[in-house]
Amino acid sequence: MIKILFFAALRERLDCEQYLLSCDGNMLQVTDILQQLQSRCHSWRQELSRSDLLCALNQQLVPLSANVQDGDELAFFPPVTGG
Amino acid sequence: MSIFVAVQSDDFCVASEYNELRRQSGCGAIVTFSGLVRELSDNQLHSMTLEHYPGMTEQALSAIAEQAQQRWQLGAVHLIHRVGTLKPHEQIVFVGIASAHRAAAFAACEFIMDYLKNRAPLWKKEHTSNGDYWVAAKTSDQHALTRWD
Repeated sequence: MIKILFFAALRERLDCEQYLLSCDGNMLQVTDILQQLQSRCHSWRQELSRSDLLCALNQQLVPLSANVQDGDELAFFPPVTGG
Repeated sequence: MSIFVAVQSDDFCVASEYNELRRQSGCGAIVTFSGLVRELSDNQLHSMTLEHYPGMTEQALSAIAEQAQQRWQLGAVHLIHRVGTLKPHEQIVFVGIASAHRAAAFAACEFIMDYLKNRAPLWKKEHTSNGDYWVAAKTSDQHALTRWD
């Protein structure tokens, strides 16, 4: 199982804080997971296709080409605005 | 070299942080920066909520402080970021640097703020008289990173 978290404006627009995805032990890329999530509905496709989407794997920023495996924590969020 | 990082809802005391930094041996310079909740031009900001990614935010801030330590000779770094709902003029962020000389302290302070604004998973939402709005990331903050390349 892969735990997927959404934050800030993205969490609100998807109306989802956490999503669990079964990966059947397969090694996937973040882009594969994004495709699965985008296929859920029109709004998810729109929100998860944004060019400024950021991704963290196990709490480290990674490119969308990163590999994901069973037990990983993946997070998607908009550009950060702290400080 | 010591690094202190905190992500907290409680306010912080600049004087206490400064005195802690003063205790670091061999430091001839201390630079501090505080970021506050800014009023909007029309006084319509009621409050601001800071959301973060628990765990990752602390890791990201620690990594930024360690990067600064690798670039400059620093005696101590204190980095505090608040989360939750804050009113106008409340304190959001504190960066304190102790080092032997001022040049390293000023540079490290700016470096940490530039990286924090681009790498730390924190998001601001403004609550105004006209509604609630997520603050958009600024391209000027992204460009600021290029000076450290």
